[in-house]
Amino acid sequence: MFAIYLKEINNFFSSIIAYVVIIVFLVANGVFLWLLPESNIFDFGYASLDQLFELAPWVFMFLVPAITMRSFAEERKSGTLEIILSKPVSDIQIILGKYFANLSLVLFALLPSLVYFFSVYQMASPVGNMDIGGTWGSYLGLFFLGAVYVSIGLLASSLSDNQIISFILALFICFFFYSLLDMLRGLLLISPIDPFLEYLSINTHYISMSRGVIDSRDMIYFISFSALFLFLSRLIMEKRKW
Amino acid sequence: MSVKVDSLTKIYGSQRAIDSISFEVKSGEIVGFLGPNGAGKSTTMKIISCFTLPTSGNAFVNGIDILTDPVEIRRNIGYLPEHNPLYEDMYVREYLFFIAQLHKISGSYSKRVSEMIELTGLTPERHKKIQELSKGFKQRVGIAQALIHNPDVLLLDEPTSGLDPNQVVDIRKLIVDIGKTKTVILSSHIMQEVQAMCNRVIIINEGKIVADDKTESLVAKTDKGILIQVEFKKAIKRADLNKLKGLIHAENQQGKWLLKLNDIKSREFVFEFAVQTGNTILEMSPIRENLEQVFQQITNTKQ
Repeated sequence: MFAIYLKEINNFFSSIIAYVVIIVFLVANGVFLWLLPESNIFDFGYASLDQLFELAPWVFMFLVPAITMRSFAEERKSGTLEIILSKPVSDIQIILGKYFANLSLVLFALLPSLVYFFSVYQMASPVGNMDIGGTWGSYLGLFFLGAVYVSIGLLASSLSDNQIISFILALFICFFFYSLLDMLRGLLLISPIDPFLEYLSINTHYISMSRGVIDSRDMIYFISFSALFLFLSRLIMEKRKW
Repeated sequence: MSVKVDSLTKIYGSQRAIDSISFEVKSGEIVGFLGPNGAGKSTTMKIISCFTLPTSGNAFVNGIDILTDPVEIRRNIGYLPEHNPLYEDMYVREYLFFIAQLHKISGSYSKRVSEMIELTGLTPERHKKIQELSKGFKQRVGIAQALIHNPDVLLLDEPTSGLDPNQVVDIRKLIVDIGKTKTVILSSHIMQEVQAMCNRVIIINEGKIVADDKTESLVAKTDKGILIQVEFKKAIKRADLNKLKGLIHAENQQGKWLLKLNDIKSREFVFEFAVQTGNTILEMSPIRENLEQVFQQITNTKQ
């Protein structure tokens, strides 16, 4: 598993993939946080990173599928999947290796944004007058949200050998669980299952974490959701045998 | 170490890729898996390498069943898949190092990678990216990848396809050298290739084994008679050909005659025949028997 992890990480950083992802994430969020009227922090007047945490899930929605789409699609197309699958590693080791590599990239994109946190912290009046618990909770929530996106992306990538299809599929599934479920809740007919939909929605748990309370229910949700998508990817990979 | 395949069947949708194939390969044997495209060679290899599962039947590597412990089997197998897939954007050393890691080989990875690079003649190309290599060198990387963990069993799916003649000779020599101590199964659709490398041939067609024999005895079987193409100056009648001694079969191909003769000595009778009928031979050339003819012969002798 570690060999696969290292190989993927090397691949991200020896090509420009990693740098593009990190820069795009920072620039997209930075523009909204610091520059654009309406949303920038100076007009807003409060020392908080809410703008960042509101926008970041949407940026990840595009970025994460873009980094995960090649994971299996490319290997299947070029036939290299047959190489690694003929080595003494199990399917789940391959999936986890790729999962953690992609997740690390999400983490690497998040880390530099701590500079934003530090700047806002310094600008607060008096210095440090901001909801620090909430910010850390949001960061953790964002990381877990990224973790679910990555598992969705891997599933989408294992479904097709076409990277564009994988990308669009992952984008849609992420959108569905992040946002669409919330919207569906408002619809009249399905109101009895509202609480269930609310529980399934990524946004519910993300918001809950951003309050600064690390609730084990949210953690369990994020971890089990990721595990579910990884398990489904494994089932798809098993399909080659039949 | 041996490979044993026991009535293996694989069905893709409605198509029978292989149909109850059984054979056994012992240590030190180089077995050629011969058949036209789509005969089921790759499918058999994919099953032995535990990439895919058979619909029914079983296979054993060193006595281990592919259904119970695929990971253990993969430890003992070196597999070069068809078309030699590689991570094109990795460097040669980096790639081999990665494969060594996957195998968790004992000893220093770096040292073993260097050994493999030397063994497969990759030394001048070792610092290049795989995508920059020529096809022959890529093939060597593929073989190095299959050999790095010193496996007992080697499965090579069309190891020389797409190479130029010099590269083919090099790769063949490499395989024969390796094969002295290992069990090697290689597939090919070229008769001469198998003849050059293997001490045993398994011919497979439409998912079934049609012949399984020592290379020499199989060649002897198919060597009954030779095939030559002759162009005469003047047209000749089929009836006249009855005078030709040692003739088995004759066929007119756009003015040229395809003659099947008893043996190689019968060629002189063709000249005698030309002289007798007052004709002149413009051209006479031997025809290499292609796989289809070998198949026809083998299936005919079986019936």
